[in-house]
Amino acid sequence: MTNPDSPLPTSHSPTFQETVFRLKKYWSDRGCIIQEPYDVEVGAGTMAPETFLRVLGPKPYNVAYVQPSRRPADGRYGENPNRLYKHQQLQVILKPSPADVIDQYLGSLAAIGIDLRKHDIKFEEDNWEAPTLGAWGIGWQVMLDGLEVTQFTYFQQCGGFDLDLVPAELTYGLERLAAFLQNVESVYDIEWTPGVKYSDVRFLDERQFSKYNFELADVAMLWQLFDLHEKECTRLLKEPEAVLPAYDQVLKCSHVFNLLDARGAISVTERVGVIGRVRRLALGVAKAWIEQTVPAAESLA
Amino acid sequence: MSIPFLLEIGTEEIPDWMIVPALNHLQDTLQAILDQQSLGGKVTSADATPRRLVLRAEGLLERQPDVEELVSGPPKSAGPNAAAGFAKKNAATLEQLIVQSTPKGEYYFLQKRTQGQASAAVLAGALPDLILKIPWPKTMYWNGKGSERFIRPIRWLVALLGDAVVPFEIAGVRSGNTTVGHRILGNPSILVTIADFDEQLRTNGVILSAEQRKRKIETEIAGLLDGKGLRIKPDPDLLHTLAYITEFPTPILGSFDRSYLDLPQEVLITVMRHHQKYLSVEDSSGKLAPHFIAVMNTNADPDGLVRHGNERVLRARFNDARFFWDQDQKKPLTARLEDLKAVTFQAKIGSYFEKTERVVALVKELGGDDDAQRAAQLAKCDLTTDMVKEFTDLQGIVGGLYARAQGEVEEVAQAIYDHYKPLSMEDAIPSTETGRLVSLADKWDTLTECFKVGMAPTGSRDPFGLRRAAQGVVRIVVEGKAKFDFPGAGDELREFMRDRIEYYFRDVRQFPYDEVRACMAVGWTDLIDLLSRLATVRGIRPTPDFEPLAASFKRIKNILRQANFEGGVAFRKDLLKEGPEVDLYEEIQRTKGNKLASRVASLRPKVDFFFDKVLVNAPEEDVRRNRLTLLHNLLTEFSEIADFSEIVTERQAS
Repeated sequence: MTNPDSPLPTSHSPTFQETVFRLKKYWSDRGCIIQEPYDVEVGAGTMAPETFLRVLGPKPYNVAYVQPSRRPADGRYGENPNRLYKHQQLQVILKPSPADVIDQYLGSLAAIGIDLRKHDIKFEEDNWEAPTLGAWGIGWQVMLDGLEVTQFTYFQQCGGFDLDLVPAELTYGLERLAAFLQNVESVYDIEWTPGVKYSDVRFLDERQFSKYNFELADVAMLWQLFDLHEKECTRLLKEPEAVLPAYDQVLKCSHVFNLLDARGAISVTERVGVIGRVRRLALGVAKAWIEQTVPAAESLA
Repeated sequence: MSIPFLLEIGTEEIPDWMIVPALNHLQDTLQAILDQQSLGGKVTSADATPRRLVLRAEGLLERQPDVEELVSGPPKSAGPNAAAGFAKKNAATLEQLIVQSTPKGEYYFLQKRTQGQASAAVLAGALPDLILKIPWPKTMYWNGKGSERFIRPIRWLVALLGDAVVPFEIAGVRSGNTTVGHRILGNPSILVTIADFDEQLRTNGVILSAEQRKRKIETEIAGLLDGKGLRIKPDPDLLHTLAYITEFPTPILGSFDRSYLDLPQEVLITVMRHHQKYLSVEDSSGKLAPHFIAVMNTNADPDGLVRHGNERVLRARFNDARFFWDQDQKKPLTARLEDLKAVTFQAKIGSYFEKTERVVALVKELGGDDDAQRAAQLAKCDLTTDMVKEFTDLQGIVGGLYARAQGEVEEVAQAIYDHYKPLSMEDAIPSTETGRLVSLADKWDTLTECFKVGMAPTGSRDPFGLRRAAQGVVRIVVEGKAKFDFPGAGDELREFMRDRIEYYFRDVRQFPYDEVRACMAVGWTDLIDLLSRLATVRGIRPTPDFEPLAASFKRIKNILRQANFEGGVAFRKDLLKEGPEVDLYEEIQRTKGNKLASRVASLRPKVDFFFDKVLVNAPEEDVRRNRLTLLHNLLTEFSEIADFSEIVTERQAS
């Protein structure tokens, strides 16, 4: 349903996939590697190794990718127009951040058809922090006509380490952005490609996983999985060249934690402890990554 | 010659609430540099937008004045080698030295002249430090590990002394005479002079003065609402924020569907204010109207796209709020009590369930009726609602609204609604006695429990807001005239409360500090009584006999201390000697029960006379002790009001 009193023509708005194409092209033209989504469940684009690991160490790295991000507790069975269990982020990492990074970002909005002379854009303080990853940064939420469309962060620490180069992280909420561009009230009404709605592609996904996350997931099994992945990660961290597989195990733990949380299986007192376990693993991986890759990178330089 | 100076620090968007303190610091520090370095000149303005901090000064000298000083060297007797060494050290020749005689003998001296440096050079050396030492709450680096830190990246610097650039560099950015306009409305590279700086910014979409930006917002809002029978709900804090998140603010009027007005206006206003930074609009009767004011950071909304976008966002937010309201009603507050076991109040102290039990017991102990106990029991239940999880600022308020909707009596609902009050010095205390009691018990429980586990505030660290809680306790007791004697407080908490009470009467109620000290010295746990004693002392302070009498009390106190006398001796009238001693005694007896002011007036000459004529330390031991007893009793009698020896009299002050 489009808004009846809308002054916006929707016919020229890019489709969902066109929006993604244009953003990828835009950042590709500015020297980014265009990566595919990471294929292990993550809660945010930051958790993909293309961000979490690549921001560590002294080697420049520019990358952009779409990352489907799973947040089991946010699921609404496909019934809420704005909340999703799995949403898609376009994640851009510019390491080091160029001096004109904000201008480049504004250019990306123009590339998807936003004429900034007809809109209102503000950068409002919003510092980002992910305790489970030992990561934090300074930045803003970017507000476009009152809607938060992007999280903009200058990373300061990751895995507990001060970063050698300060990366800029741009995280676009693609569903929000597309709903805004197409002037629809519900993400399910977004035109994915002509004739196909977001709901056609993703509705069942939302419905079934909401049911699984809230009702069907086997809590005892999840706790077992958590223990197993934790153990595997700890074992791999002792190996000389297995930091990437070890990190996959961290992501598994994190996702299982989110599932347990959605099931209401983690009490307040347990919560701090479990977060601490994931954090310990993540910090271990960051340390191993630096130890294993930084000398190599320096010898290449 | 007198030269103007301008400094602009160009950055990415600085958080609005940090800007004014930073400007104040910059202004003071630049003035200190000008003074210390003898550059002359006064800082005349400090202005800012989110992207720039700008200082101006007038009347700088072109160079520091030269300094002449007489430097003393070795004694003449030390010989030519010593003299040569002294000359060399001061970059002078032997011939320039002079010999002068001093009380210690003849010495070498050098009339040294230090040439003043060019002001531009002094500033070039001082400005990087001035800029980098602004005390921000949280800083970042952006050029790699170990590089300069600032609140957000510095992207350009303008530093002009007259027409010349003051050259320096910070984090790879060189100072110059090129500024940057508004992100959308302006040119990204603009040559400026000190004279045309403001005007150039203005034509490039930047209003430098925050006051002007505020006025622009206010004037244009008035225009938007003109003739519509609407007005904004005054909100100076939000107006301030809006002026500091924009370089070119322009308000627009948006609307929402009337049906949302079914939601409590507290919820609507919170959504608009905290989440969207919108000003609320009301009709002439003060009722919330289905409109809002958003402030853009641009000059116009030609196609209505900005208004449309903001309305769309607000609709989604209101829908969420309505969803939360409906969801929350499915489980009434009473059914949520058990859930509080899972909500931690503080790790070392326990859950909100346990807190609730303690607060209910305290309310009962303080004489709370069934309504008060019921309110205390339900007060924290809203912490488990979706509404409060989403809008944490609405804790208490949501509980009160839900209680009302769920059929609790009004007294209970209002008490829950108000029980976090007062949230600040400006905020009112709860409006009902039940509300005040619940609020008092809740805050007092927080204080006693936190102090028990060693979480007293230290320095500026007060993560649990204990100072605010204590201030709330004091205000509720005094302004709500409640009976309260700080039950269960240990020494540390008593000391803490004592400080807060002293602060309240001195800084908030504006009683002179010595009167507060004098009255508190004889007791402070009954705050109603303390307030009435303070009022009494304030009443007699201006009378001519008061301060001399206070000075006499100080003298009495000293005499008693020196004599190591603590009373306990029966007074014997028969030992009094005729004259000043009997006079004083009779005057004390005669004026018993009189108003303090008249007692002070009639006793003062008798006390003076007594000290003039009577030797307290009489040779006869029984007479001596009797006189001490007379003075001791007099002091004790007045000590029911205050320890007058704490009063700072004029003689002491001068």
